Amino acid sequence: MTTLATTPASRRRRAASFLYRRPRLQLALLLGAPLFWLVVAYLGSLAVLLVSAFWTYSAATDTINTKPSLDNFVEIIQSATYRTITLRTVGMAVLVTLTTAVLAFPIAYYMARVASRRVRNMLVVAVLLPLWASYVVKVYAWRIILSDQGILNWALRPFGIQGPGYGDVALWIVFTYLWLPYMILPIFAGLERIPQSVIEASGDLGGRSAQTFRRVILPLAFPAVVAGSIFTFSLTLGDYIAPSLITSTQFLGNVIAGKLGPAGDVQFAAALGTIPVVVMLVYLAAARRLGAFEAL
Amino acid sequence: MISRWALRIMTSVIVAFIYIPIVVIVLYAFNQNRVPSWPPPGLSLKWFQAAAQNRGVLDAFTASIGAALGAMTIALVLGSLAAIAVARYRFFGRETISFLVILPIALPGIVTGIALKATFSEGGIPLGLVTVVVGHATFCIVVVYNNVIARLRRSSRSLEEASMDLGADSFQTFRRVTFPQIRTALLAGALLAFALSFDEIIVTTFTAGGVKTLPLWIFQNYKLANQAPIVNVAAVVAILLSMIPVYLAQRLAGAEGATRA
Repeated sequence: MTTLATTPASRRRRAASFLYRRPRLQLALLLGAPLFWLVVAYLGSLAVLLVSAFWTYSAATDTINTKPSLDNFVEIIQSATYRTITLRTVGMAVLVTLTTAVLAFPIAYYMARVASRRVRNMLVVAVLLPLWASYVVKVYAWRIILSDQGILNWALRPFGIQGPGYGDVALWIVFTYLWLPYMILPIFAGLERIPQSVIEASGDLGGRSAQTFRRVILPLAFPAVVAGSIFTFSLTLGDYIAPSLITSTQFLGNVIAGKLGPAGDVQFAAALGTIPVVVMLVYLAAARRLGAFEAL
Repeated sequence: MISRWALRIMTSVIVAFIYIPIVVIVLYAFNQNRVPSWPPPGLSLKWFQAAAQNRGVLDAFTASIGAALGAMTIALVLGSLAAIAVARYRFFGRETISFLVILPIALPGIVTGIALKATFSEGGIPLGLVTVVVGHATFCIVVVYNNVIARLRRSSRSLEEASMDLGADSFQTFRRVTFPQIRTALLAGALLAFALSFDEIIVTTFTAGGVKTLPLWIFQNYKLANQAPIVNVAAVVAILLSMIPVYLAQRLAGAEGATRA
C-alpha cells in the first residue's frame, strides 16, 4: 500500500503550495525560458551584429581583424554609391508609404463607417488573408503579370499602351501591392474608433461633410496612418527579394544580401545593416511623437 | 462628399487589385502550356503530377513543414509562458517584455537574418534545419503571445480565484479553469505561427545553409524555364498552406488576433 505522501496527487499538491507561497519563483519559472530565448538568442545576436560591424575583413589575407575600427562606416559614408542606394531605398519607402496610404483610405473608410456589419467582417477577412499569403509567391506572381507576354500588357494592348516592364516603376507597384493590407488594417481600426457623436457634433455645428472629413475625421485618423506607415516603411527598407525579382537597380537589401554571398564580408554587411536600423529608430521616435503607438 | 457609390467602387477595385495576382498564379498552375503567356490556351492537371514526382520540390515541402512545426511548437511554449506572466503578475520591466517580443518582426527581416547568421558563424554552429527553426521561432513568439494575452485580458481573474477558494491547487486551476479559456487562442496562435513560418524567406535565406524550404526553392528556381510550371504548382501549395491556417485562426480568435503586430 502506498503512503499518502507519495501519490502523484499529493506530490502535486505539495509542489503547488510550495509555489503558492513564492510568487517570485512562479514568475521566474514562467519567464525564464522566453527571456532566455529573446535576450540570449535574439538580443545577443543583435549585439554580435553590432560588434562585428566594427571589425574589418581582409579579402587579401582572408582574415578578420577584431580590433574595433570605424573603417566600414567610413567607407560607407565616403562612398557615393552607398549614399545613392540609401537615398533610393528611403525614397522608395516614402513613395510606397504615401501610395498605400492614399489607396488604403477609401477602402478602410468604407469598411469602418459605411459597410454593414456582415460586409465589414467579410472585407476584414478578405484583406487579412492576402497579407499572410506567401510573400515570395506574390512577388513571383507580379513577375509573371509584368512580363512581356503577361496579363498586364495583354489588358493594355487594346488601348495601345505598354506596361512598365521590369524596373523601378514596377517595383513601386509591387511594393505598394505587398504592403497595402498592412496600411488598410490600422486605418480601418483607427476610423472605427472615432465616435459617431463627434461626427454628428461637427455636422450640428454647421460643418459640411467635406469640412467634417478634412477637419475632424482626417486628424483623428492620422495616428492610425502613421501606425500603418511603420510597417510599409520598415518592410520596404529591409526587402531584397522583391528588388531582385522585379528590377535590376540596387536597393539596401540587395547590397547587404550580396555582401553575405560566397565572396562575403559579414562585417561590412553588418555595418550596412545598421543603416535600416538607424532609419527605423528615427522613424519610430517620430511615429511615437505623432501618437502612432496608441493606434497600433 | 464622396458618395457611397464612389466608395463602393473604389473598395471593389482595391479588393480586385489585392486578389488578381493570386488568381493569376493559381490559373497558371493549371496552364497546359509550359510558357506563361496570357491567356492560357487550356487547363490541365499535369504539372501537379510532375511536381509530385520532383525530388527538389518534395524535399523543400518536407523541410518547410518540419521548420513550421518546430517553430510553432517553440513559439507556442515561449509565447504562452510570457503572456501568462505579463497578464497575471506585476513586476519590474513588465512593459519591456511586450516590446522585446515584438522587436523581431518590427525590425527589418534582413537585420534579424544577418544578426543570426553572424552569431551562428561566430559560435561555430552549422547552418541547417535547426538554425532555420531557431530563426523562425524568434519572430513567431509574438503571434502566440498576442493571441494569448488578448484572451487572458478579456477573461476574468475571478474564475481562477474562485477555483482556488474552492480548494483546487494552482495546477488544477490552470488545467480546469485557465486552459479551457485560452485553448482557442492557443490554437489560433499556433496556426498563425505555422503560416508565418511556412512562407518566411528573408530570415530563412541567411539561416538555411544547404536546406531549402519551399519559398527558398521557389526563389532559386523561378528563373529556370524548364522548372517554371513546377514553380507555379509550388506557389499554389505555398499560398494554400499559409491562407488556410490564417482563415481558421481568424474564425477561432477574431480578426484582431490575426494582425501581425
